[in-house]
Amino acid sequence: MQLDSLYQEVILDHYKHPQHKGLSSNFAAQVSHVNASCGDEIILNINLEGDLISELTWDGQGCSISQASVSIMTDLLTGKTLDQAAIILKSFSDLMASKGTSAGDELVLEDAIAFAGVSKFPGRIKCSLLGWMAFKDAAIQAQSRK
Amino acid sequence: MSFSPALIRQDFPIFERTVREGKKLVYLDSGATSQKPHSVIEAESGFYKFHNAAVHRGAHQLAEEATDAYENARLIVSKFLNAPGGSDEIIFTKNATESLNLLAYSMGNAEGTNRFALKAGDRIVVSEMEHHANLIPWQQLCARTGAELGWFSVTPEGRLDLSAIDSVITADTKVVALTHQSNVLGTIIPLEAIVARAHAVGAVVVLDACQSVPHMPVDVAALEIDFLSFSGHKTLGPTGIGVLWGRKNLLDELPPFLFGGSMIEYVTMTDATWAMTPAKFEAGVPNMAQAVGLGAALNYLSEIGMENVHSHEVALTAYLLEAMREIEGLKLVGPNDTHLRGGAISFMVQDIHPHDLGQYLDSQGVAVRTGHHCAWPLAKALNVPASTRASLYLYNDESDCDALVHAIVGAKKYFGRF
Ligand SMILES: Cc1ncc(COP(=O)(O)O)c(C=O)c1O
Repeated sequence: MQLDSLYQEVILDHYKHPQHKGLSSNFAAQVSHVNASCGDEIILNINLEGDLISELTWDGQGCSISQASVSIMTDLLTGKTLDQAAIILKSFSDLMASKGTSAGDELVLEDAIAFAGVSKFPGRIKCSLLGWMAFKDAAIQAQSRK
Repeated sequence: MSFSPALIRQDFPIFERTVREGKKLVYLDSGATSQKPHSVIEAESGFYKFHNAAVHRGAHQLAEEATDAYENARLIVSKFLNAPGGSDEIIFTKNATESLNLLAYSMGNAEGTNRFALKAGDRIVVSEMEHHANLIPWQQLCARTGAELGWFSVTPEGRLDLSAIDSVITADTKVVALTHQSNVLGTIIPLEAIVARAHAVGAVVVLDACQSVPHMPVDVAALEIDFLSFSGHKTLGPTGIGVLWGRKNLLDELPPFLFGGSMIEYVTMTDATWAMTPAKFEAGVPNMAQAVGLGAALNYLSEIGMENVHSHEVALTAYLLEAMREIEGLKLVGPNDTHLRGGAISFMVQDIHPHDLGQYLDSQGVAVRTGHHCAWPLAKALNVPASTRASLYLYNDESDCDALVHAIVGAKKYFGRF
């Protein structure tokens, strides 16, 4: 069934067992993003040590795609530099825009390639990008405050 | 002839197609927009093929025919609603959202002794179950005029809490704007006491009838309301056409909102006066073919009979509610019986997020809506950030309900694997 390309095991696993969920008490920047069409919400905290993303924590509610995506993203980006994160973010955005024609670069995206199937479902692309857009915003805010 | 959804479906070309690799289309999203019968599609395209011209303007035969067709649609709408003042009380807009904005902006243009002039200390009353379309225009009108917004809250069962009606509709209230049937809960609100109280304090009653006019007989004279809005596209009609009905004397007093061609009486370089109602509120060339299509839609519904449409939907709602009771882990959002309730049925299933549930249902050919349904404050009040909504119409039958129930059970299995 085509649905299986959307609901990969790793996605449902992160949905049931979210990583880095629960907001840190201090942060360099905190952002809150909502998907106005469905009501999904994410709050994301970022901490930096120099150019290194030392901590990403989040809280939120929403569908499996939006919640698993932020969970996998925080796993992936923690410990990366801001430059590395920008490359990963670009790679993920390109994958989401691929309309099912790309399998994604596993070397860059690791577990996040599980979202390749999402790009075939136009209604769900916004879900998978919610956390990533929050990260982009948070990174800019944290840098401007340095 | 008895009411037959199967026969009715034959009038709707979309049911000839399949979805998601050959599955039967189970369309349970008429609350968002309805499907269209042949007669509507033909009326709309027939206007373009045979009569197209700018209404009220050209000096030629086509313009006469176009004007006739457009004005006939207005007459059909006025009869459908039993407008006491006839077709002059019908204003065509692009949808209910525009109707409500038109009303709110027009009130905002009222000054001095005009009965619609609002000021600090005045009050506008809505409810917690409003669609954003009947909330935000009033919020904004309050912000522009200094009036205060008040509202009826919603009980946990999904009914309007009318226990404090006199302290919600205060003596200072000028407008009471309410949804007739909630697009989320299916709740039909009892109007009698509300209208009586509103009129007792001199307020006008505005009814957002988006989810009632398509589904049950609505007689504006009998309801004794003052304004009403609905959307053509939810009423078997085309997109791009909506209706604002208002009492003639009130529309006459209400200042216009959109200015330009067709809405004037006399113009100089520095000033203008206004045409009579309803032209005063229809600036520019309107959506003519769509109005004609709406006329065809209302004729189609009248032929079947709105009483019949409504009793079919209530029976089907009872059937679906009963079947849903058997699904373990399904929680209804809204009244669980058919007393004052229409066929918009929102629910949650265990901890399956509605967006995921909707995706699974879609894979089975079942079309529903998920999310907050443009009623975010209601979602917050009921502590249900998102839900899944099945909405029924005259072309649905028990097999559609069965397909939905079957697919919900399938979704539980599908997402229960982990
Ligand atoms: C109760 C209610 N009011 C208003 C609207 C707005 O209708 P439209 O988007 O056609 O203007 C809707 C449609 O979703 C509705 O269900």
